[in-house]
Amino acid sequence: MDIIVCLKQVPDTTEVKINPETNTLIREGVPSIINPFDENAIEAALQLKEKHGGTVTAISMGPPQAAEALRTTIAMGVDEAVLISDRAFAGSDTWATSYTLSRAIQKIGKFDLILCGKQAIDGDTAQVGPGIAEWLGIPQITFASKIEIRDSKLKVERLLEEVNEVVECPLPAVVTVVKQINEPRLPSLKGMMKAKKAEIKNLTATDIEADLINIGLNGSPTNVVRIFTPPPKGGGETLAGEPEEIADRLIAKLKERKII
Amino acid sequence: MSIKILLDKCTGCTLCAVACPFDAIRMEELPAEEGKKPKKKAVIDLDKCTLCRACIPSCKFDAIEIEIEKESSADISHYKGVWVFAEQREGKVQSVAYELLSEGKKLADDLKVELAAILCGDTSIEEEVDHLFSYGADKVYLITHHALKHYHTAPYTRAIAEAITRHKPEIFLLGATTQGRDLAARLAIRVGAGLTADCTGLAIENRLLQQTRPAFGGNIMATIQTPNHRPQMATVRPKVFKKSRVASPRSPEGNIIKFTPVINEEDLVVKLLEIIEDESVKINLAEAEIIVSGGRGLGEAKNFKLIEELAQVLGGAVGASRATVDAGWISAHHQVGQTGKTVSPKLYIACGISGKIQHLAGMQSSDTIVAINKDADAPIFKVANYGIVGDLFEYVPLLTKKIQELRS
Repeated sequence: MDIIVCLKQVPDTTEVKINPETNTLIREGVPSIINPFDENAIEAALQLKEKHGGTVTAISMGPPQAAEALRTTIAMGVDEAVLISDRAFAGSDTWATSYTLSRAIQKIGKFDLILCGKQAIDGDTAQVGPGIAEWLGIPQITFASKIEIRDSKLKVERLLEEVNEVVECPLPAVVTVVKQINEPRLPSLKGMMKAKKAEIKNLTATDIEADLINIGLNGSPTNVVRIFTPPPKGGGETLAGEPEEIADRLIAKLKERKII
Repeated sequence: MSIKILLDKCTGCTLCAVACPFDAIRMEELPAEEGKKPKKKAVIDLDKCTLCRACIPSCKFDAIEIEIEKESSADISHYKGVWVFAEQREGKVQSVAYELLSEGKKLADDLKVELAAILCGDTSIEEEVDHLFSYGADKVYLITHHALKHYHTAPYTRAIAEAITRHKPEIFLLGATTQGRDLAARLAIRVGAGLTADCTGLAIENRLLQQTRPAFGGNIMATIQTPNHRPQMATVRPKVFKKSRVASPRSPEGNIIKFTPVINEEDLVVKLLEIIEDESVKINLAEAEIIVSGGRGLGEAKNFKLIEELAQVLGGAVGASRATVDAGWISAHHQVGQTGKTVSPKLYIACGISGKIQHLAGMQSSDTIVAINKDADAPIFKVANYGIVGDLFEYVPLLTKKIQELRS
């Protein structure tokens, strides 16, 4: 069982703060982390490897510093890590990103299963996993909360709005995972030693034989035309007084707003 | 393509550095010209820059230039009309489809084009068609096949891609549900469309769809457009737009376009084995008008009963913070937040929830937010319209009682 895990290095959005004077993001000192859902994908891959043997390769498209995120995955137990980095990839939307990752996966060649987190916490699109599946022409199963392999077939439980759905699917396939699937392991000491010395391969646009019309800003159908900080909600009102009084006032407010 | 600072225009004012969401712009002192003082100018770190363009409108001196050698791709002028994916589950069209028809109608009116719904299912789905007209559809594309009864990615993608290729809509909207997001992501690549996820605002400007959505966990908003590819696809967060029936709906007669798609063997390799129902889910969170949510402040699993009771008298759904789901007090179907569901109900009542940013990301687009928490400094109060600093064990039953009296 050879598994490729796609991951993204993201700013820790929980640490992002707003400057109240300028109403803009403060990015300084915000740590970069592995996208949390991708950590679940790594854990799922490592567990499958422990059960069925094979290899786990982590790949990431991003700037040179994303190599650090890949090094962490080696410390967690991933066998190999590949960075897909090139100035030509800058400005990629999910179309160009999923194309680029699919080209890199084809370059790596050997895989039975591709795992991704359900979405990245900075963009929150959940579009890259299915995009990779389409470029590769293989099935996709999104929002997985359980993955088993039986008789070289996948059996996956999906966490949907109201129910869970269990589906069966032949390999190879792309599966995206939710947080509920597992608790990611911490890097081991031995792993950290290994990670220190590990070689992180780099693939460029030329290496993956990317068609230039599909990569970077030029290959992206969507353009961000404006970024702004949402107006602070404000105007909030704290209801004070005796409990009875507070409850009555709240109900009156909700009636006023025609909610109840 | 490239981005650069025009040094003769840059005054070193730092506005662009502040606007950059990627910390890619710094002020550096450049070597002084003869007889002049050295000046600070903006410098872009190209390893960090993602060409997102947030800096460009921030510059008051037009000193940032971005060049795009975009090929003007194939002629897109023959793409016409606004389409809405009429998501169905168990043979029932979901509320989000009606919301999108209502919003889609405004876009279609602006563009002076037709609004169409696209409905997939087995032959019994035809019963739902009238509802689509009553929410404003001018046309319904009815795609029936036994493989479309239950949603699976591959047959739905095949069928709808065929419809798009044949009829060429300029805009295609889907709900940002598990189904809509699974389908849209695959379909966009298949038909060569631009796709924007989880939008909370839509508008037309210069005949282009302006798609506004939260990013960075709701810390910033981005407006996105698809200039040269069609259709312009977007998934839209349920409950952001209000559904409303039209005064004089089109007659279904002559306005239903039926077809049976060609679905290959290879589209049917994913098989549904089982659906595991969750008895604790009485009302779907994403579709609920009112949500009452419980957090760690509940103390233990059995106290969710208080939340359920208030939800019940309000006719709302039960939500939960991640901490309570992780502790096993309630199932993951109730989880609101970045790792759970993103919701926008009319009313969200947060009880004993501190309001970590991941939770806020999932509920701050709600119309009215009420927070009940003992800790006056809890971040939930920052997004709340009405805050009650107090004990949920006192206020939740009190509200339940009072609303019950009101109702009876």
